[in-house]
Amino acid sequence: MKYEEFGDNESLELLKESGSNVLLTTIDDVINWGRKNSLWPLTFATSCCGIEMMATGAPRHDFARFGMEVYRASPRQADVIVVAGTIVNKMAPVLKRLYDQMSEPKYVVAMGACAISGGPFFLNSYSVVKGVEHVIPVDVYVPGCPPRPEALLYGMLQLQRMIETQTIKSRKKRNESHDSE
Amino acid sequence: MDKIQLGEFIKTLDKDLEIKEGKQFTEVMVPPAKLYSLARQLREREESQFDFLFCLSGVDYGPDLGVVYHIRSTRFDHVIVLKTRTSDREHPQLDSVSDIWRTADFHEREVYDLLGIKFANHPDLRRLFLDNSWGFPLRKDYVDDINIVTK
Amino acid sequence: MEKNILKVISDEQQEYVINMGPQHPSTHGVLRLVVSLKGETVKSVEPHIGYIHRGIEKMCESITYQQIIHLTDRMDYLSAHINNEAVCLTVEKALEIEIPDRIKVIRTIMSELTRIQSHQLWWASFGMDLGGLTCFFYGLRDREKILDIFEETCGGRMLVSYNCPGGVMYDIHPNFQKRVKEFIKYFRKILPEYDQLLSGNVIFHERSKGIGRLKLEDAISYGITGPSARASGFSCDVRKHEPYSAYDKVNFKEILFTDGDTYHRYVARIDEMWESMNIIEQLIDNIPEGPYAVKMKPVIKLPEGEYYQRVESARGELGVYIISDGNKNPYRVKFRTPSFVNLSVLNEIAKGFKIADLVAIGASLDLVIPDIDR
Repeated sequence: MKYEEFGDNESLELLKESGSNVLLTTIDDVINWGRKNSLWPLTFATSCCGIEMMATGAPRHDFARFGMEVYRASPRQADVIVVAGTIVNKMAPVLKRLYDQMSEPKYVVAMGACAISGGPFFLNSYSVVKGVEHVIPVDVYVPGCPPRPEALLYGMLQLQRMIETQTIKSRKKRNESHDSE
Repeated sequence: MDKIQLGEFIKTLDKDLEIKEGKQFTEVMVPPAKLYSLARQLREREESQFDFLFCLSGVDYGPDLGVVYHIRSTRFDHVIVLKTRTSDREHPQLDSVSDIWRTADFHEREVYDLLGIKFANHPDLRRLFLDNSWGFPLRKDYVDDINIVTK
Repeated sequence: MEKNILKVISDEQQEYVINMGPQHPSTHGVLRLVVSLKGETVKSVEPHIGYIHRGIEKMCESITYQQIIHLTDRMDYLSAHINNEAVCLTVEKALEIEIPDRIKVIRTIMSELTRIQSHQLWWASFGMDLGGLTCFFYGLRDREKILDIFEETCGGRMLVSYNCPGGVMYDIHPNFQKRVKEFIKYFRKILPEYDQLLSGNVIFHERSKGIGRLKLEDAISYGITGPSARASGFSCDVRKHEPYSAYDKVNFKEILFTDGDTYHRYVARIDEMWESMNIIEQLIDNIPEGPYAVKMKPVIKLPEGEYYQRVESARGELGVYIISDGNKNPYRVKFRTPSFVNLSVLNEIAKGFKIADLVAIGASLDLVIPDIDR
């Protein structure tokens, strides 16, 4: 689908209208192009969504063609963390530590119902964190239980479009506002 | 041995035990003091040779706390169920069978973690899934206003 | 345990403790291993679990029996169909319902496809752990064919929830038989090729023969089941000892070896894939006619008592123990999961080997971490 035909993407239109920096300077162009086309994910999968993430990297729905070729095991070298799976109380500090170790610019994709809101374990579970939003700031939510590989690819493409509409200035503003919470 | 013969065999080991013919397996109610010696005999006697403990579950029976052991023999393929109960909810204590069946090690840690029952002579009794500040979630009187909805 | 480690460290200067943390590419999930090493030799391995403990057993006490099935899917997600079958069989045993033959045959075929699919993913990640990334791509490529079959009939790729107490949710798709036969024909040609990739490789032989030997008495005492135990000679296949669904109508052999090392655990699983294909071939042509679900009441209440059912999942023996007090919610549900028990033997068999061997041993035990923590 052509990018220009993508008219029903409300959030992207909102971003454009609010004047948040679509194509301000050529430098921003080049930097954004470089960042969005080579997002390297961190190997982080806790449960069932992890298998669908692996299936997205598998030959049928290959996401290496979108630039996410290499999975980095160390958070210092990764760009995006795809939180695939349920986060429980014991794992939440570990996730926060991993997120803090990643260097800027870093993005977070919440994959699956468990990472968005606790999913099937929302009611009557004493140890599930109801949504990874409580721990780290999220950029893209991919719903499903588990989401199909095509859905995860769509989520990653949304992330790429989001990166395209950002400049260095607005990225800093976003981080400051979250750190002060 | 089938269910009836197992019942009679248990009676020969100790005639005071209460034996029930369940729908599937023979169930033996054992007081906590006799559990370890009975388990040892069941393992070592020639006629029974119960060497495979396949399920150890902790249950909260209302006022009592109990543990259920499902044991099988690999040689004769018969199954027996041992049940113990203790009515002490503050400091429940049972004997560990982890030197008879090594698999009881992890299972007893899980029962301690979720129900609070301590096992004497366990090599390493620590909490397994949760940390020390949690209560014992599997108990029926576990209260957690934020997460658990009681109708 | 901590006191022991500290004392040992102060005695010998070469020992140290490292942490293979919850986020690690080769721990197949969130398992934390605290490994105490002397040089590169492993002295002891202590697993710390609980990083995905969702409290499923407590949740089951407040939901109905049909809803438990959706939670069991997520416990051992690679044998999701077999987990569902275990709960359905327990409920049907308690209510003493007679299940028609068509349902039994459909459930058996789906279980065997699930087993093949789970072993394919195991093979893919086993090769990847040892460094051969090709295995990952080949294994997952062919697993997609089985997932297509599942999707056409059940609606879901991996977490199917296709079984329900009393039968299955929908009838099989008209294309089902044709696609399964095509898949079997294709996979029979290609499995020897895959096997040759690893088992014909001398590096693989060096890394797996003689590593992590599990003795038969240890396997029984630690309660190990599944292909890991059958590679040590422990005959524990539930499909043979206590047949359920349509397993009493098919001929297949139980794969047993005596060596119990990593290599034989590997071969046991590959041979199990061959046997699964034999089972499917015997059943796929003669699916009997009949209803696909028995009429059940909308609110299921089990009579008071205790019920235990065991099935053979891809990792070992899965047991479901339900205590019911007559209400529509169970009083206590306990899942005896195979990975929980298989993990406890890791310390015993990894002693004395190098840390690279620890990765191979852990991968050959085929652990799925949410199965451990529930």
